[in-house]
Amino acid sequence: MAGKILLEVITPDRLVVRDEVDMVIATGIDGEFGVLPNHAPLLCLLQTGEARFKKDGSIEYMAITGGVAEVFENKMTILADAAELAREIDVKRAMKARERALKRLRQREKIDVARAEAALRRAMVRLKVAHRAGRLESIPPETMGE
Amino acid sequence: MPGLRDIKRKIDAVKKTQQITRAMNMVAAAKLRAVQTRMEGFRVYADKYKELISRLSMVSNVDESSFPLLQRREEIRRVHLVVLTADRGLCGAFNTNLINRAEKYIAKAKGEGKEVFLTVLGRRGASYFRMHHRDILKKVYEDIVGKYDYAFVTRMAKELEDSFLSGEADEVALLYARFISVLRQEPTLEDMLPIEPEGASEEDVNQIEYIYEPKAQEILRQILPKSINVQLYSRLLENEVSEHAARMTAMDNATNNCKDMITQLTLIYNKARQASITKELMDIVGGAEALRQG
Repeated sequence: MAGKILLEVITPDRLVVRDEVDMVIATGIDGEFGVLPNHAPLLCLLQTGEARFKKDGSIEYMAITGGVAEVFENKMTILADAAELAREIDVKRAMKARERALKRLRQREKIDVARAEAALRRAMVRLKVAHRAGRLESIPPETMGE
Repeated sequence: MPGLRDIKRKIDAVKKTQQITRAMNMVAAAKLRAVQTRMEGFRVYADKYKELISRLSMVSNVDESSFPLLQRREEIRRVHLVVLTADRGLCGAFNTNLINRAEKYIAKAKGEGKEVFLTVLGRRGASYFRMHHRDILKKVYEDIVGKYDYAFVTRMAKELEDSFLSGEADEVALLYARFISVLRQEPTLEDMLPIEPEGASEEDVNQIEYIYEPKAQEILRQILPKSINVQLYSRLLENEVSEHAARMTAMDNATNNCKDMITQLTLIYNKARQASITKELMDIVGGAEALRQG
């Protein structure tokens, strides 16, 4: 194995991850991209999405909400507005957030559609990440609330 | 001279006050440490953020016209002042200092013919400005110190940004208490909008070619607005640190004053006690003398 890369995921509230890993895959603005050790310097805008990193054969999943990723001198820094490891995700809260966002979108009027969509996206990413990490059997279908 | 019992009661009362002030001092100290830790955690983020911004603005030739948040208005007519205060009192002159500084600023701006309006955070400032400047008070955030998270800061920053972009304000300034040391906090004014891109000195930014995805300018367009969040969040944290520090000092002083008062009162108490004993002795001696003679 050709060395490791240092991954740091920082949010305004805390340091989420700081670890030597084998590979990182993040969701950039134009889709997923992978970073291996000794990657060329890179600065990439991230969209709300999944990120995962491989360490000693096991894969960890994360939900990332917006931000930038920088790769420099074998160190990858992800500056995110919010980020959680799969095991930290509050599934119940994400479910509720999804319901709320869907309800708003259904009403359609007097709402900030972009904001509701962003909220929906965040909730979906969290659920997907929880599912990928095996914390959820399947992503439950949305309930049709009133 | 007050009765012995009154003095005793007073001493007990001061002792209780002292217990309270001492407890408050310790609580403030604990909170101070907690917020300081949070502030340091955030500094990692803020520093990295600044580094990215300066790198990006260096490579992408920031063109003010394409970044409304950077544009200086030729004529400043309306100023939006954000005042950070505390939700609670008992922290010495902390709130008063901030309010006085804000008053000075308002007076000066009005003298220059500018219109000022306020966003106030913290119950103390809110109640003051509601009394004295109701007409220019635009928005108030109360009971939020110590409870806000980054999402709240994002919302608050968005409102300021809207206020600037909509032309409601030509300038947004921020007043907070800068933390110099536990003993000293200073009300400080800072410009928020338009954003003053920090002079990216060439030495700070390494010259290595990066791969940008998308273009550097596009990244900058996305992340530059967030620098208001970063600024606001770090100032909120610093203001909170200052508040706890001010309260710690104030409560320490109060505890010491209680101690002095107890010493003095005890002295008075003992004097009074001795005086009454002497008086009693004299009575006894006088009585015995009278009996003997009689």
